[in-house]
Amino acid sequence: MNTVFQKPETLTDVQMHYCPGCTHGIIHRLVAEAIDSLGVREQTVGVASVGCSVFAYDYFNCDMQQAAHGRAPAVATGIKRVLPESIVFTYQGDGDLASIGMAEIVHAAARGENITVIFVNNAIYGMTSGQMAPTSLLGQKTATSPRGRTVEEMGYPIKVCELLATLDGPAYLTRVSTHDSRHVLQAGKAIKKAFEIQQQKKGFALVEVLSTCSVNWGMTPVNALKWMEENMVPYYPLGVYRDVTAKEGN
Amino acid sequence: MPRGEVIVNSELCKECSLCVVACPQDVLAIGKAINSKGYHSVEAVAPEKCTGCTLCAVMCPDVVLTIRRKSPERK
Repeated sequence: MNTVFQKPETLTDVQMHYCPGCTHGIIHRLVAEAIDSLGVREQTVGVASVGCSVFAYDYFNCDMQQAAHGRAPAVATGIKRVLPESIVFTYQGDGDLASIGMAEIVHAAARGENITVIFVNNAIYGMTSGQMAPTSLLGQKTATSPRGRTVEEMGYPIKVCELLATLDGPAYLTRVSTHDSRHVLQAGKAIKKAFEIQQQKKGFALVEVLSTCSVNWGMTPVNALKWMEENMVPYYPLGVYRDVTAKEGN
Repeated sequence: MPRGEVIVNSELCKECSLCVVACPQDVLAIGKAINSKGYHSVEAVAPEKCTGCTLCAVMCPDVVLTIRRKSPERK
């Protein structure tokens, strides 16, 4: 018998604090597997966000930096410019990236900053116990939209990949999901590609990963995956929104 | 002799059942034993059916599972 699946080297032995069934754990592992497979752990610097993923620095077995709320792309810019040979990634949720950090992510993308951004979109504020996020769906009930999000009161959810795709700066923009094993494997490939784009110095890469928040959605983890597939995937279409390597025929 | 083997690190399990649903062979189920965090850990209830496909481990958010597989015989 050969071992065909085990904990990646880039994850520490610390038990993650995430709620049962939280797909943050899956996405952490995919990032760690990508770093392992490229063999860049020793030169990688991760930038953690504020939100549930704030403790990411305890879970990734590489150099980590904590940024102020939403400012991870700005901190990553600084690290990458000072240490151009390092591999720099940010790991941000939707409250961090699409709300308070919208300015930083848009300008980092517009500059074509050579960093990798992992954007975890679970359509709610998880850490602060389930308030409405910029990405909450229309009709979605949250602590601050108890009768469901309405256009009249709260406007429309923000589609980050589509928004950034209007800029000329990004090199790679894609949206993936974690609602079943097939999509998790696809997400892993997309994350690895986002790191390869940085290695090849092609510029800004962002992977938006649709994620669950079963506790704040008020569902079991298994039902949360189903809800994500039935409600989030239709509103946030999966696919590649920018890929500069495709133009080159690679 | 099963083709695959799933090794459970019960202490890390949070009883979310994502692996149970992901397994196409119904190898896994939530067990009766309680770990130190108070969760009923998943266990392999039908280990003889495991093919080592790794789909359970792919869906596990807490890297509870390690998978071993018989190397395919080369002709």
